[in-house]
Amino acid sequence: MMQLECPCCGRRDESEFVCAGTTHIARPPPAASDAQWGEYLFFRDNPKGVHLERWRHSYGCGLWFNVARHTVTHEILAVYAMTDPPPLPAVAD
Amino acid sequence: MASRRLGSPAGRWIDRSQPLGFTFNGRRLSGLRGDTLASALLANDVRLVGRSFKLHRPRGVWSCGLEEPSALVDVDEGARRTPNVRASRLVLEEGLSVRSVNCWPGVAFDLGALTGACAALLPAGFYYKTFMWPSWRLFEPSIRRMAGLGRAPTEPDPDHYEEVAAECDVLVVGGGISGLAAAAAAARAGARTMLLTGAAHPGGALAWRADDEAQGLARAVRQLGVRVLMRTLAFGLYNHNLVAACESLAAEGGELPASVLRERLWKIRARRVIAAAGAFERPLLFPDNDRPGVMLAGAAVKYAGAYGVACGRRAVIAANSDSAYAAARELAQSGLEIVAVIDRRSEAPKGETASGLRVVPGAVVTAVAGTRAVQGCRVARLGGGPRSGQGEWLECDLILSAGGLAPAVHLHSQAGGKLRWVSESAMFVPDGAAPGLVSVGACAGVFSRDAALAHATAVGEALAKGAAAPTAPVGGAGRSEPITCVPGRTSAQFVDLQNDVSAQDVALAARENYRSVEHLKRYTTAGMGTDQGKTSNINALVLMGELTSRAPAEVGTTRFRPPFAPVTLGAIAGRRVASLYRPLRELPAHAWHASHGALFETFGDWRRPAAYPLPGESLEAAAQREAACVRHHAGLFDGSPLGKLELFGADAARFLDLMYVGTMSTLAIGQARYGLLLNEHGTIVDDGIVARLGDRHYWVNTTTAGAERTLAAFEEWLQCEFTDLRVLVTPVTSRWGNVTVAGPSAWRWLEASGFEAALAPHSMRHMTLRESALEGVPLRVLRASFTGELGYEINLPADHASALFARLWERAAEVGAVLYGIEALQLMRLEKGYLHVGSDTDGTTLPGDVGFARGIEAKAANFVGRRSLSRPASRDPQRLQLVGLKPVDGRTALHVGAHIASHAPPAAIEGRVTSSGLSPELACPIALALLAGGTQRTGERVQVYHLGVMTEAVVVRTPFVDPQGRRVHG
Repeated sequence: MMQLECPCCGRRDESEFVCAGTTHIARPPPAASDAQWGEYLFFRDNPKGVHLERWRHSYGCGLWFNVARHTVTHEILAVYAMTDPPPLPAVAD
Repeated sequence: MASRRLGSPAGRWIDRSQPLGFTFNGRRLSGLRGDTLASALLANDVRLVGRSFKLHRPRGVWSCGLEEPSALVDVDEGARRTPNVRASRLVLEEGLSVRSVNCWPGVAFDLGALTGACAALLPAGFYYKTFMWPSWRLFEPSIRRMAGLGRAPTEPDPDHYEEVAAECDVLVVGGGISGLAAAAAAARAGARTMLLTGAAHPGGALAWRADDEAQGLARAVRQLGVRVLMRTLAFGLYNHNLVAACESLAAEGGELPASVLRERLWKIRARRVIAAAGAFERPLLFPDNDRPGVMLAGAAVKYAGAYGVACGRRAVIAANSDSAYAAARELAQSGLEIVAVIDRRSEAPKGETASGLRVVPGAVVTAVAGTRAVQGCRVARLGGGPRSGQGEWLECDLILSAGGLAPAVHLHSQAGGKLRWVSESAMFVPDGAAPGLVSVGACAGVFSRDAALAHATAVGEALAKGAAAPTAPVGGAGRSEPITCVPGRTSAQFVDLQNDVSAQDVALAARENYRSVEHLKRYTTAGMGTDQGKTSNINALVLMGELTSRAPAEVGTTRFRPPFAPVTLGAIAGRRVASLYRPLRELPAHAWHASHGALFETFGDWRRPAAYPLPGESLEAAAQREAACVRHHAGLFDGSPLGKLELFGADAARFLDLMYVGTMSTLAIGQARYGLLLNEHGTIVDDGIVARLGDRHYWVNTTTAGAERTLAAFEEWLQCEFTDLRVLVTPVTSRWGNVTVAGPSAWRWLEASGFEAALAPHSMRHMTLRESALEGVPLRVLRASFTGELGYEINLPADHASALFARLWERAAEVGAVLYGIEALQLMRLEKGYLHVGSDTDGTTLPGDVGFARGIEAKAANFVGRRSLSRPASRDPQRLQLVGLKPVDGRTALHVGAHIASHAPPAAIEGRVTSSGLSPELACPIALALLAGGTQRTGERVQVYHLGVMTEAVVVRTPFVDPQGRRVHG
């Protein structure tokens, strides 16, 4: 079980959190084409390497935040606010 | 007598003054305090202990530790029965009762052994190949009955278990001298240190020897404040250095109190882990190497030294390593006759042949005599041709395998460490440190004592200081060769005893082109089971390498996945059993309902009244009676579990417009509106009523089941997407009770009970909310209805709910009112055709499918899910749409889940029944259904198929009752 550093509560076990997958996905405007909307809804990268993802401290303060995690080693490379730009790029090994 | 108890002083761990009585397969035997079941059985000359998994071959004690593949027993009977306990780990207790596994009627005469005669029909992967004609299903039940090991208990476990979390700077796994030295060094350097060992005595492989250094280290570790947990086996290492361990707290059998604290699960978060888990001995492969009386050489040495038990009188040692000679000397000193050391290496170590010990180099055991106990063996030179003769016959009752050592690299691998092959000693060792973990001692491949102690001390100190660990001085294991089978023999040579996997099975897998060691494992089942191949994995992959012309390093190992040793389900469940397995919520007025005849059932997370049956009345009859009474008089219902959220903030109105299909920003204060909540796919995830309490203040009722997910959706959109909106969402579900009064006499009842006149139907319209008070208790009264009748949902602080129920109930007789439960409510909402999200919708249902298309085009806000509603698939006229159904005969019930199709299957399914019931008002069955193109099919007759019966039904418009909706206005 991983540990994550909640920006509000500090280091806690993974079981207190919920992961919602890839972050920094722009929501298309209503005028988006079906193809664009489909891309937004259904298509995700599945990198072997650094993945930028959204987590929520569901069984704690409820805060959503971003995490840069290595999908093989589970090393947490960064934890940053929902509205912050990524501090490092998502890179596949 | 072959195996027996040795005379005093042999046996450091046993207490000869404390005999213990126990039973084995009903036979009364006697052992000593300090014995394990295995040592006690051997002391009683019991050599046949169990039967094998697949072929029911006789098996005996094979090892003296947790690697035991064969001597498995079921301990105790009834609720306390624990299956597949390793006899070599089971501490003997007075009154212990055990049974052999996988045999009937008994271990000596086992009818299942007939399968051994059919071994040719049961090769690796036989369940994919044989027994296929005419059908596997014909054979499966009896094959499943024949296979398997112990029997699980069927009654609830009388004992309890607990779970503890801990953290430390340095965690040492293993209590041998390397582990003790590392822990002492880490503690001395100031680290908060813990040490776990599965054993009952410190010292690891030296624990039963009089080793002053090991004892001194054990004392030092305690004096330095290391937290030492004995009988605590670390069974897994998980992400970010979480080590899980199981502490054994009570005897496993014998005379126990009614309930004991049996085991404790430790979850330890360690900054750094030091693995000091030791090594296992590898067995040799030769024909019939599974017979009772064949065992690991190190085990026989330990049985003699620790338990004072001789495993036989005349021993032959099959050797592939230098350790065989030390074992031979020790056993000879204990009084065993060593017939010969049969060394498969062409050269025996220098000096060993001169010591009077008979050594046969370059030779192997080619046959074993005796089925239920070894009676002798034949040995022959390796490399001789097929005509090199029969070899030599040796009479013996014990054959010991000394095949070399296999470091226990499990934790290292689980931490993500890599392995390298040391060909001199034919073993895999850790290739450097793993992330967050360093191995020391035998599990690091360091077998010379001084080097191991120095390295472990340096590692302990380095990790305590956050420095890099020094490289392990691998060596000292001596010379051994990769073990393969004895060529040219037809008798089975077992690689994996527990799963009956022989060298022939591995060869078959190789012939069938299984090359990956992971595939080999799954196809042959080698390395599975309770021992997870502790004594078989290395031999299996060496053999696989030989058959496919690859070096062991190229073949690689299977993943060493946790758990390292079997863990009971009780330990993992801990306290999360019975009512704590899934705690249910109770209504604030639960006791009041219970005292008024409620029949409680579980709905989602809640215990709620399903109905209030009269004496002798069925649930169905009660629901009919209650619903009819609400329609004609009035009824009282507890709606407290309904989800409740309060929203505050300047942007609350804008936010609700973004979340719901309905427009909430145009609500006047005191007005309420129905809303559908969608996800981004346009799918309905919840519905509810939104009421405006103030300019910047809203009250949101969600469904009961949807309270959590609606809150979660609100928070996610606010924090992740609409980050500029100023809104505070507060869940208040358990803060507010909900007392619902419904029926034509509802207001008369409330008026008589003292509610203010402003709440009367003519001054407070349907779908409005008014803040009121009753004797100082604040109320939020919502005029809404899920029954279709005049309805008041009185929200009030939860601790006042019981008092309000009591107050209203005092006047119930005046209006002829009843209490009604969920069942009656469901009937009434069905009569009204009201949607029940999750029953009448699924993961594809869009608003237009359930009659809420209107108004969406006109709405300005880009609400969640909106764009998905304009996809071509969302506009398909043949989508599943919600309709009403009635049976044509007016009598036959339409079952929920029944398929709508033109004829009996196979047929194209046009839809399905989603809600169903007998209408109290119409006195006939009615149903809701999702039907392809349903809204265009009113009046059409369809066939409803359920469990082989077709029922004709007609598609109708809803509501079934009061289609103009006049009744809700009172």
